[in-house]
Amino acid sequence: MLPRRLSQLTAVTVTGLFTAGCTLIGGGDGGDDDASSATTVTLATHDSFAVPQRVLDDFESRSGIRVEVLNQGDAGALANKLVLTKANPVADVAYGIDSTFASRTLAENVFAPYAPPAATEGPQRYALDDAGDHGSGGDGARLTAVDVGDVCVNIDTEWFASRDMPAPRTFADLARPQYSELLVTPSPATSSPGLAFLLATVADRGEDGWQDYWRKLKEGGAQVVSGWSEAYTQEFSGSSGNGPRPIVVSYASSPAAEIGDDGTPRTEALLETCYRQVEYAGVLSGTDRPDEARRVVDFLLSPEFQRTVPENMYVYPARSDIELPGSWQRAAPLPDDPAQLPADEVSEGREQWIEQWRALYEG
Amino acid sequence: MDRTVARAVRGLSRGGRRGPGAGRARGAGVVALAALPIAFLGVLFAWPVVAILRLGVTDGEVSRALAQAQTWDLAAFTLGQAAASTAVAVLAGMPVAFLLARVRLRGAGWVRTFLLVPFVLPTVVVGLAFKALWPGGGVATIVLANAFFNVAVVARTVGGLWAHLDRRAEDAARSLGASPWQAFRTVTLPALAPALASSAAVVFLFCSTSFGVVLMLGGGRYRTLETEIYLRTVELLDLSGAAALSLVQLAAVVLALVVGGVARRRRERAAPLRAPVTTARRPAGREWWVVGAALTVVAGLLVPILALVVRSLSTRDGWGFDGYRALAGSGDGALSVTGWEAALNSLRTAFDATVLAMIVGVLAAVALVAAGRARGRAARLAGETLDAALMLPLGVSAVTVGFGYLVTLDALPGDLRTSPMLVPLAQALVVVPLVIRMVLPVLRSVDDRLRQAAATLGAAPVRVWWTVDVPLAARSLAAAAAFGYVVALGEFGATSFLARPEAPTLPVAINELISRPGELNTQLAYAACTLLMLVTAGVAAVIDRLRAPHVGEF
Repeated sequence: MLPRRLSQLTAVTVTGLFTAGCTLIGGGDGGDDDASSATTVTLATHDSFAVPQRVLDDFESRSGIRVEVLNQGDAGALANKLVLTKANPVADVAYGIDSTFASRTLAENVFAPYAPPAATEGPQRYALDDAGDHGSGGDGARLTAVDVGDVCVNIDTEWFASRDMPAPRTFADLARPQYSELLVTPSPATSSPGLAFLLATVADRGEDGWQDYWRKLKEGGAQVVSGWSEAYTQEFSGSSGNGPRPIVVSYASSPAAEIGDDGTPRTEALLETCYRQVEYAGVLSGTDRPDEARRVVDFLLSPEFQRTVPENMYVYPARSDIELPGSWQRAAPLPDDPAQLPADEVSEGREQWIEQWRALYEG
Repeated sequence: MDRTVARAVRGLSRGGRRGPGAGRARGAGVVALAALPIAFLGVLFAWPVVAILRLGVTDGEVSRALAQAQTWDLAAFTLGQAAASTAVAVLAGMPVAFLLARVRLRGAGWVRTFLLVPFVLPTVVVGLAFKALWPGGGVATIVLANAFFNVAVVARTVGGLWAHLDRRAEDAARSLGASPWQAFRTVTLPALAPALASSAAVVFLFCSTSFGVVLMLGGGRYRTLETEIYLRTVELLDLSGAAALSLVQLAAVVLALVVGGVARRRRERAAPLRAPVTTARRPAGREWWVVGAALTVVAGLLVPILALVVRSLSTRDGWGFDGYRALAGSGDGALSVTGWEAALNSLRTAFDATVLAMIVGVLAAVALVAAGRARGRAARLAGETLDAALMLPLGVSAVTVGFGYLVTLDALPGDLRTSPMLVPLAQALVVVPLVIRMVLPVLRSVDDRLRQAAATLGAAPVRVWWTVDVPLAARSLAAAAAFGYVVALGEFGATSFLARPEAPTLPVAINELISRPGELNTQLAYAACTLLMLVTAGVAAVIDRLRAPHVGEF
């Protein structure tokens, strides 16, 4: 009996040892021990944040600041979590607050004033109207634009070419039945590009006209699905999913990911249907390392970081002196004249518009 | 031999000393056992949830939300779809449980292992697969997808108890003239009731908080309390509205648990347990129909899984392993780690979560057994309350808990909010109730006379537990560990609402990849899914086979 129990114990112990490497305890964060002299600054951001480790390492060796990234969910979750934790923030810097959620964080004084020197290199074009708000000091901008990620209607160019059908160009085109029935969009109620498209129609058709516009889309047979992944990777004919519909609400940058082996893009963003989404960064007002936090904001605006954003996050750099990758210049140029609503108008109207949209489209 | 006699004699003399104090000592022991589970639940669940609700409960707002018809429509739809999904999962799971427990057929072991695979799949990917198979979507698809995820809970929990049931009672009924169905209904089913009720309760809670499935297959049109709490909390920061809905959710879950608890208590008794070797045999006659039904269910579960594998292998111009090759990289710059690193993160996190959950869950189960056997009404009531309370984390929105962490856990030393350990702790919160539900029915079915006999022979309480309970419960302990590990591997809900340092688990990485354009990202996402399924099957196979030596013991 005893030897048998022993052998079982051995089996269990061996399994335990085998899996002992499989624990987070004592594993640390993969931080190098020789970098212990570096100050760690925590950067709260959304789940789509991605940057090559090399770029972070270079910054660390230049500045002695180690950036620790803390993913906080989607852009909405990030903003709202920052509001909830403003008294004792989980991070020192936040990046990825988009124009839809910016005004709430400003009203709640989540961010401390800081105007980075590089803010005049292009980000000033997207500056928020922050002057009327005198919460914590209020003597300067608190959020600086880092990238731009416009939402546009995308089309499968080959689909239209092979049918000798002229491709749609404008919002008005999309409301015509022959195009409406080809459109798939993520829901404004459950998806952020979907909401941007709704805002685009509000901006384009006005407060009084957008509901009529959506009624036409609905009657025409436009399809609404819950999220972007479903719309783009499954329903859209121009992506790898080879779905049935050649018109989809996605991003201005999406065509850059759909370039064929011959170098020509298979899809195109309709530049007259775009809605401007800007992502901002700022120093959290509750941080106890304000100096280092400012240097991280500077880093986000540095050419080294700005150059990585197209290919890592599918967004456009906010600086104007950064050249887009060649394929982007051909397939996914930055829209010239996208629609946009003022941030406070969005935060005031958003909930009501979504309710109205739901009543109209889902009711 | 001599040692046994010596032990018996020693035991007798010690047994003689067991006087009036023994009961009180046992009570104190129960409290000590329960302390850790209570602390765990208090710190990681009750405190954060109460804190976030208190932020939202402002005068008037909550009662206004409660007065809205829409709130009650949401509650009715939530409970309705959960009940329907549970019914489907139970109906589909029972034949499979029979297959696992009573049938000696080659390959039945593989079915047990395979069953766990659906459980880990990210809902977004399964949602896409179901959407591809049934483009219409709608309530029926939601119910089917929920059942798809949860058949394993029923089959494995019920199968675990069924394998230990003494077959002779059924055989006696049959020889007295009962039809197979009568024998099943009057003898087997009542004996299985505890496990059936346990698993149904778990499935119901899972389905009532199902988020991704409802969102995706409902096309945004069907809403549940869970999806609405998410929208109110995460996107609108309408904490009042979210608090009102959370209170409704909490009330509904407590009601469901009370109903389930009453049903369970009526049926519970110690069924004679046998070694599983003697209960499995080749099916005969009409049993083949049940086997056929079980295999049909398994085939049904395979359909979406095969669809995923096919998708991982298909490229724009045919077939290829591009996605699998890409696992060594990080997609088109979409991830901060490679696919393999994400897999390793998943294994580590799940390991920690399982160890934590087994410690807390087994302690809780032992305490609950002891409390259930206690003489005092108060003790039994306390036990039942603890039992229900430990189930609550399954029925309360992960968003509520996650946002609750943000406003509470900074008060603990070392700001747990940003610790890498928070993810396994939060996952353990989900796994503990499953461990309890899998272990408890078996522990309760252990004939207390065996324990008393061991105690009379002089075994100390720990030794009684080790020599009586552990061997009898070994299979369900192993099953619980395997199941817990797998749940933790696939866990996405709780994980995604926490602030995570840069160590994405596979489900998080898959979710990230699938929200990017680009063929490589999509292929990589599906390849990562296949990897997740393989890892799951591997883990389940290893743990399922580990238990074999224990089983032969009695």
